[in-house]
Amino acid sequence: MPLSRLSSPFLSGTNRVTLQMLQLLMALVPAVIAIVYFFGPSILITLTLAVVVALLAEAFMLKLRNRPLKPFLTDGSAIVTAVLLAIALPPLAPWWLTTIGILFAIIFAKHLYGGLGYNPFNPAMIAYVLLLISFPLEMTTWLPVSTLSEHPLGLASAFNIIFSGQLQGGIGLDTVSGATPLDAMKTQIGLLQTPSQILNQPLFGLFGGKGWEWINIWFAIGGIFLIFRRVIGWHIPVAMLAGLTAISFITWLIAPETTGSPIFHLLSGGTMIGAFFIATDPVTAATTIKGRLIFGAGVGLLTYIIRVWGGYPDGIAFAVILMNMLVPLIDYYTQPKVYGSVK
Amino acid sequence: MTDELSSFPGGLILDGQKKRSTQTEIRKTPLSKKLTLPLQQHIGTPSAPIVKVGDKVLKGQKIARADGHLSVYLHAPSSGTVIAIDDQAIPHPSGLSGLCITIETDGKDTWIERQPIEDFTTLTEHEVRQLLREAGIVGLGGAGFPSFIKLNPGVHHAVETLIINGVECEPYITCDDMIMRERANGILDGIQIMKYALRVKRCVIVIEDNKPEAISIMKQALEERKECHHLKETQVVVIPTRYPTGSEKQLIQVVTGKQVPGNGIPIEIGIVCHNVGTTYAIGRAIKYGEPLISRIVTVTGTDVKHAGNFETLFGTPMHELLAFCDTHREQGEPFILGGPMMGYNLSGDHLPVTKTANCILVGVDNAAPDSTPLPCIRCGECATACPVSLLPQQLYWFSRAKDLEKTREYNLFDCIECGCCSYVCPSKIPLVHYFRFAKTETMNQEQEHQKADIARQRHENRLTRHELEKREKEERQRQRKAALAATKAAKEKEALSQTDNQEN
Repeated sequence: MPLSRLSSPFLSGTNRVTLQMLQLLMALVPAVIAIVYFFGPSILITLTLAVVVALLAEAFMLKLRNRPLKPFLTDGSAIVTAVLLAIALPPLAPWWLTTIGILFAIIFAKHLYGGLGYNPFNPAMIAYVLLLISFPLEMTTWLPVSTLSEHPLGLASAFNIIFSGQLQGGIGLDTVSGATPLDAMKTQIGLLQTPSQILNQPLFGLFGGKGWEWINIWFAIGGIFLIFRRVIGWHIPVAMLAGLTAISFITWLIAPETTGSPIFHLLSGGTMIGAFFIATDPVTAATTIKGRLIFGAGVGLLTYIIRVWGGYPDGIAFAVILMNMLVPLIDYYTQPKVYGSVK
Repeated sequence: MTDELSSFPGGLILDGQKKRSTQTEIRKTPLSKKLTLPLQQHIGTPSAPIVKVGDKVLKGQKIARADGHLSVYLHAPSSGTVIAIDDQAIPHPSGLSGLCITIETDGKDTWIERQPIEDFTTLTEHEVRQLLREAGIVGLGGAGFPSFIKLNPGVHHAVETLIINGVECEPYITCDDMIMRERANGILDGIQIMKYALRVKRCVIVIEDNKPEAISIMKQALEERKECHHLKETQVVVIPTRYPTGSEKQLIQVVTGKQVPGNGIPIEIGIVCHNVGTTYAIGRAIKYGEPLISRIVTVTGTDVKHAGNFETLFGTPMHELLAFCDTHREQGEPFILGGPMMGYNLSGDHLPVTKTANCILVGVDNAAPDSTPLPCIRCGECATACPVSLLPQQLYWFSRAKDLEKTREYNLFDCIECGCCSYVCPSKIPLVHYFRFAKTETMNQEQEHQKADIARQRHENRLTRHELEKREKEERQRQRKAALAATKAAKEKEALSQTDNQEN
């Protein structure tokens, strides 16, 4: 094989951006199957819509910015953003909600900052926060797991709801929807119920929300696969989960009657997808080893603080964005000691 | 001491591709009709020619002397006639040319009278160094630093450990492996002399565990001669195969756990490193009186049919060597001098083999693509792979922005250009290329600064000089005026007195 590069090193490893993105998508598959199992097939519609819109928006922006289409459309980054956002959205999110979110993620959060590699904030999380603030009702309308629902939704009716907002027979979405377990925990603790009482309700499973705990476990398994494949490092997920566990354990010891247990927090909401798939986004996370530990721990702590004492049921998105802001600072102060500087 | 090995961060496990060139024993490259010898084959001042065009020379005869302290002698690799002393293309990353002595060989290969020294202990340490300098010995691992300097402990340092580097961590290269397999005793000869010159007790021969043959042969040779006074406290140390362990600083870290201070040299922490090939050459130079006129060159790569190691006279044109091992190199196909990780691209195959030419590589597996790289996604793989704990992605950012001050702040000049970062980059960014650029730019800037400083100094000197001259001129004028005035006054006085006299 003749050489093509003109200066050393002339060898190159097999690592590729596209390959990393593909493995990341593969690692999400088990959790998506779990979501379909617990919340019905509507996620598949949202996923497809999100990916199509994301690729169109990416192509449009590349054209506008005079960048080559092929290398950037095939790098997989737009698809990953779309998939992560689609998973974070409620199962029956109306089509326009998904579309607005994706357009904002790709156009504003990504390309206006310079495209792949240049965005300071995680595009999927920026879009999620935008939607959460702008459309709080739609963003918090979740389905109970399908085994609890009196009206399990098929693909056709999900399609109907997503694109027309109506169920067949004129039933409104609010008749089938309900709060998420994290939401329920928060509001009912506000109503002076103890976590143990709340956990006995049918909405909850063994440790966290029914269904949610399994989805979280599948995200974690996918994430461990990524660590094993060296697509992501272990530092951010471990630090984030440790941070979340530490603070929830301390508050739980102090006030077990008003806070959920560490395991409840680990297996609820977006904990695992956040730890393994969102906080680990290389572009927007810290890059040094020490920095990654700090970054991860920060995300874990902030997630808990926002969940328990903040105004929103889940805090992953805000926590990640807040820590994104600190990345330049963290990276600057956590530079490793160079060879020869240690006496 | 060495039972517990240390480690360095990062590095790579690479496919060694060593078997390509270790299937046959070391062969001799046929004598070339014409040998072109660059006067600079080492780090330091080029040697100065001591022959003229038309002179007859013998094999091993000095043809250029050391010029200044950091320089060595150069010898005729074979007998023949000096036919030119002029500028020729030399192997260099920039494709530069340099002054060369060209010898037309007579085919007789007649040696000059050699002076073997059976017992080196009859020499003083200084005499050993002097002989090695006159034998033209330089580091054969690739850098080409004059060896006699590295065998001088000086008055300020005591050497604790001599490390003989047989690591050869770069893929494809096997010249050190083969010399250990076939010339173990010659290497031990060299070690004795080096230990004597350095007055060091301890010596370790370090070999990566991917060379089991070399390890067992070296161990056996050492066992057979363990009674030798100068081979006591000498041992073979086997280290795990990992690139770039062969790099001096990393090797020291692995073997001793110590780090060479930034901007420092190993002797400051009591360590001296020499390559096995150099060690062998030192043995030959003293024991047999043979100056350095040839070396073992690995010729290998996917386009070389009969890859192997070749004892080659300096000055032999590379195309002859390539043809000798049946290389299918397409017209204009680039090829590498050195290894695939740190070597450089050669401008053509008419270039001569020199003292630092350890490997000629034609065609590699997994060649790095020359396609447009994707943007950096800050994955940090480069930082994980960096053996000196730099942050390549930050350095890349600053190099691209030509923010040279920042690159220095992030320790750009500690980069050893091993290429690990570029190798692992998922976006295929040629990071090392950017770092070389930033280094060159910084050095250029410094030169410009120095030039500007000199110019300013000269300007200031000129002004002071002018000022001085002006003052002197004024002073002279004043003096002249005063003198004039004085004489005038005197004359007037005289005239006056004369008139007075006349009047009286």
